Amino acid sequence: MIRTEGLTKRFGSVLAVDDVALDVAPGDIYGFLGANGSGKTTTVRCLLGLVLPTDGRIELMGRPMPKSGREVLPKVGSLVEGPAAYGHLSGHANLTLIDASGGRPGGPLGGGRRDRADRARRALEVVGLGDVGRRPVRAYSLGMRQRLGLAAALLRQPELLVLDEPTNGLDPQGIREVRTLLQELHAAGTTVFLSSHLLAEVDQLCTRIGLLDRGRLVLQESLATLRAPTGRTVVVTPDAARAAQVLGPAVDHLNGQRLLVRAADPAVVNARLVAEGVPVAELGPERRSLEEVIEERTSARRPGEVAR
Amino acid sequence: MIRVELVKLFGRRRTWVAIGLLNLLPTLVCVLLAWTRIAPRPGQGPAFLSAVLANGSLFAIAALAIVLPLFLPIAVAVVAGDAVAGEAQGGTLRYLLVRPVGRTRLLVAKLLSVVAFVLLGVVTVTAVGFVVGHFLLGDAPLSQAMVSISGSLLTPEQVAWRTVAAILLVTFSMLGVAAMALFLSTTTDSPLSATLGALAFLIGSSLLLTVDAARPLQPYLPTRYWLSFVDLYRDPILWSSVTRGIALQAVYVGVLLLAAWANFTTRDVTS
Repeated sequence: MIRTEGLTKRFGSVLAVDDVALDVAPGDIYGFLGANGSGKTTTVRCLLGLVLPTDGRIELMGRPMPKSGREVLPKVGSLVEGPAAYGHLSGHANLTLIDASGGRPGGPLGGGRRDRADRARRALEVVGLGDVGRRPVRAYSLGMRQRLGLAAALLRQPELLVLDEPTNGLDPQGIREVRTLLQELHAAGTTVFLSSHLLAEVDQLCTRIGLLDRGRLVLQESLATLRAPTGRTVVVTPDAARAAQVLGPAVDHLNGQRLLVRAADPAVVNARLVAEGVPVAELGPERRSLEEVIEERTSARRPGEVAR
Repeated sequence: MIRVELVKLFGRRRTWVAIGLLNLLPTLVCVLLAWTRIAPRPGQGPAFLSAVLANGSLFAIAALAIVLPLFLPIAVAVVAGDAVAGEAQGGTLRYLLVRPVGRTRLLVAKLLSVVAFVLLGVVTVTAVGFVVGHFLLGDAPLSQAMVSISGSLLTPEQVAWRTVAAILLVTFSMLGVAAMALFLSTTTDSPLSATLGALAFLIGSSLLLTVDAARPLQPYLPTRYWLSFVDLYRDPILWSSVTRGIALQAVYVGVLLLAAWANFTTRDVTS
């Protein structure tokens, strides 16, 4: 769906994106992670042909970008760096204007001038703005604007959604609604490329992640692989000292009541501890959280270093 | 796309306020003339103003001459300067481009909507000028329906087509400003900078026209032939300034639009 090779973008002396090779397969919900200023938005802009890369190749749906933008972009819905709309017009009027701009794609995305108002109304309903009516966007709250941006992205029932921080400004309930919406769209066959710095959001939604650190893609892996058991077992016991004695050199790490044991099968560890009469409070395979993975792969910002 | 741009431009209150203000100044002048009956002496003040007391219908042309030096170019610079930079500032430019709207196409649509605005402005100024002149100043007796600047009589048909020609010429004269503002509009994300830049270009040109030392430059200044539409009302028409003005504007418009296109189609949209 999305493939880049050696994607590089330089703004003057600043290397914003450095040799990035993204690979997003059809059907993925791809979480594109990175700290503020790591180059996420620039990458997204490159994908959509807004920013022209200094070097490298981009393919969207197998077609080169930005050359084939005219054929590919009608099948892509996007939200780039926050929503934008004409403040003096209503949400509905904004959507019809967006719909009327640009060519009229054929096929299932098509539909002409006549169902324009209908399409806009449906998109508004999907994002929960159906009742807002004729109020001008100027009077919308941040959350409502965000929803309107999503509605614009969904207007043509895209095959690929490229969303940059889609839950920015939404309240917890709104975030849940967006998550549900994205899951529904994904179930209906839409590929989602979600750029975010919110780990929780990505953790709950995505099937694959890419991690950007200072313009470089330092990790690209399926979430299941990242969270697979590490081959160690976590033991929590009130009598940590005795447990360490029993397990001997297999203990990697002891911290208070918590031990990390080099053993893939928790059942075996449990049996040994119980046989020696060591009380076990908790026991299970060690899994790394997304946060730990990210922390490990991202070089820490030096004190005083400015996020760009 | 052009339809969408026209809806956007003429759906905004600001556009209509600009056109209203454009008509306010000549109307005010007309009211003052009708009230005081003090017209500038021939050869002084805006063109044609000395003749309108004798023939109110002439005020249509006088109104054009009143708004041409400053009011009209300001309105044009505001609209054209806002064209691309305004979308960039509002963030809507990126959503237009990923819709996708081709960059060349967007630029052409913006240009055409600016042209439509200029044309509407010029036509309304002429029409409103004609109406207020007709009612406030009164018509001359039919025998001297219209006296050309050269002193001979012009038939109403002659006046009509010359006025149409004047409207087109003034519109075309404004395209130089429009192209400049549009070019600047593609280089910045601030509509204000684009508008002020275009106005600086204009004021610079007008200023150099008053400096004798700049005489070698003067035939190439964009505002040099702006008032040449007055020559359309000479008998016979004095074509030299008109054609030179058209050629000069065509060069400015061509070069600036090409620059706007080259810049806009190759630039990173980071707004």
